[in-house]
Amino acid sequence: MKTAIFKQYFKVILVLLVLATILFIAKLFGLNPVALLEAALLAMTPLALAAMGESINQKAGLCNIGLEGIFLITAAAGVFGAELAHEAGLPYSGVVGLLFGLLVGALIGLIFGVLSVYGRADQVIVGIGINVFAVGFVPYFMMAVWHFPGIHIPPKEVLVPPLPVPIIRISGITVLTLILGVLLHLMLHKTPLGLRILAAGETPEALDVAGVRVDYIRILTSILSGALTGLGGAFMPLCWFGGIVKEISAGRGFIALACLVSAGLEPLLAMSFAFIFGFAEGLAYTIAVTPGIKEAVPYHLVLMIPYITTLAVVTIFIGKRRFPRALATPYTRE
Amino acid sequence: MEKTLKVPSKIFQPLLHSALALVLGLIAGAILMALYGYDPFLAYGALVRGAFGGPAEFAETLSFAIPLMLTGITFAIGVKAGLFNIGAEGQMYIGALGAVLAGACIKLPPIIHVAFTTLFAMLLGALWSIGPALLKIWRGVHEVISTIMFNWIAFYLTMYLALYYLAEPGRAEKTVSVLKTARYAVLMPGASLTTIIFVAIIFCVIIHLFLILTKAGYELKLLGANPDAARYAGVDAKRVILTSFIIGGLSAGLAGASQIIGRPPTWALYGTLGNVIGLGFDGIGVALIGRNNPLGVIIAAIFIGALKNGGRYMEYTAGVYSELVGAINGLIIIALAVPEAIVLIRRVLRRYKI
Repeated sequence: MKTAIFKQYFKVILVLLVLATILFIAKLFGLNPVALLEAALLAMTPLALAAMGESINQKAGLCNIGLEGIFLITAAAGVFGAELAHEAGLPYSGVVGLLFGLLVGALIGLIFGVLSVYGRADQVIVGIGINVFAVGFVPYFMMAVWHFPGIHIPPKEVLVPPLPVPIIRISGITVLTLILGVLLHLMLHKTPLGLRILAAGETPEALDVAGVRVDYIRILTSILSGALTGLGGAFMPLCWFGGIVKEISAGRGFIALACLVSAGLEPLLAMSFAFIFGFAEGLAYTIAVTPGIKEAVPYHLVLMIPYITTLAVVTIFIGKRRFPRALATPYTRE
Repeated sequence: MEKTLKVPSKIFQPLLHSALALVLGLIAGAILMALYGYDPFLAYGALVRGAFGGPAEFAETLSFAIPLMLTGITFAIGVKAGLFNIGAEGQMYIGALGAVLAGACIKLPPIIHVAFTTLFAMLLGALWSIGPALLKIWRGVHEVISTIMFNWIAFYLTMYLALYYLAEPGRAEKTVSVLKTARYAVLMPGASLTTIIFVAIIFCVIIHLFLILTKAGYELKLLGANPDAARYAGVDAKRVILTSFIIGGLSAGLAGASQIIGRPPTWALYGTLGNVIGLGFDGIGVALIGRNNPLGVIIAAIFIGALKNGGRYMEYTAGVYSELVGAINGLIIIALAVPEAIVLIRRVLRRYKI
């Protein structure tokens, strides 16, 4: 078991070496490697947050494929919250927006958890429902609140600036994500709570017999997953794009799912995969804006890179992944 | 006495659950309207008038229902086999692209051209669905992830080809229109309903017959209902998965074609894919409301088609942005996913003796 996990990390390190080589080649072609790395870290952050949260949720036995919808809703909610705070004259309105996104995400996670645990819902269908709802609701919300279809650029003051460090532009949330990755890994594998989460997904009956409420554990992880995804959703307009369009999530919720599936639901490994996918996205963006290269490659084909990478990486890494025995199965006490 | 009551309840219960979900979705939609200061009664009134107000309005509703029933079949046939094929969207883009290619770039005699274009679009849709099917069979890649990735790749591929190779000279926002010989006949002047509705309905009925009459259809349902029993009975799961994906792709391809060669007035694909976008995802709700039964899917498609058609009048009359219809669709899906909802509501009803 231990060596299996080690092998996975070894594979990931190999991939990272490949990425470093790409970085070097990119430099030869006139792409700016620092810009590429910055873009990769930005693209990594929402993917990693959602993937880590949801991998813990799935470890506990719930399967929420509505990450895409949560991204979309919380992106809008984040901008909305930040503007509210700005109008109220609060300082750090961008951070308020991020927290607002996190809370809305947590609320959606709570609803998902309650429907799945107590409503015994078909979790995949609820997830699809969240996605379909978001695709309709967000444009409606944007029209109702900002009176303009499909796009909104908030004032610059509500955006969250990157950390004041030299050489590289990096967001505080990205650093937080990296720290969270380690913390969540330790929580899952070194604490009693982590053990209970694993048990809720593997043998909920045993957990129940041991006197721990399976329903509480699962709702807790569902809220955690929603909250982290919500933070990632609000991150997109407030720390990354500086504005919101109605299709801002662009499949990232599903790419996050690809991260955690490839990682066999290990949070730290999921974060590494998020970096790989973020790198692919960063590469696409950097190619699309670098003069001399962008003319040579059709824009639309460049934008396919993240999705093709995702398919390729999942196909290579999925192998014989084992998933929790009680994944997506409601637990009933006898 | 008890037994005679139980038989109809088998049909009645899913109907009741569907109706309940629809009502819940509409109520939640009304709340969302009221929340942002719109008048839900005015809005729903306009929606109903716009969707069923007269023969022309109803014909338009039916026209909206055509692609929805087909993408609904895509999802439904997946669920029947135990798969969540949410790739109708991308397969439909590719089908629409195929319809433009065959309809505008090839010259054929009238009826043959329509038939050829339809089949070509369906085949391209099916071709696009084989990718996720093979990834599932060979590597066990979950279809929810792979179909979404294929959707996005199809999105950019179709957009790229539509803008750079098929664009109409002088009007870059759309592709060239298909030739007159490749178009389905318009049934009623003033509405965009064409004869392709018969093709769509016949397709749904054929799928229904396939499911209830053929061995392959039985195996497909068995795998979806009980994978262990299917394995024990010697069902080849790989072949069933491939079959389900290919039928879904054919259906989605036909849905794409219906927007190009079966809907006036443009007879072309917009460069933004504006006239096909979202129809694949709408099909998921349609399939679930229709309880994944091909005949139920037809009815559900007319209902969602009415929402979409009437939604435009709602926007015009009550100022409610018509995208809200999509949100209502999502809420209906969520309500349908919770089987306990009906039990809960029945318990409440019993408590208050209604």
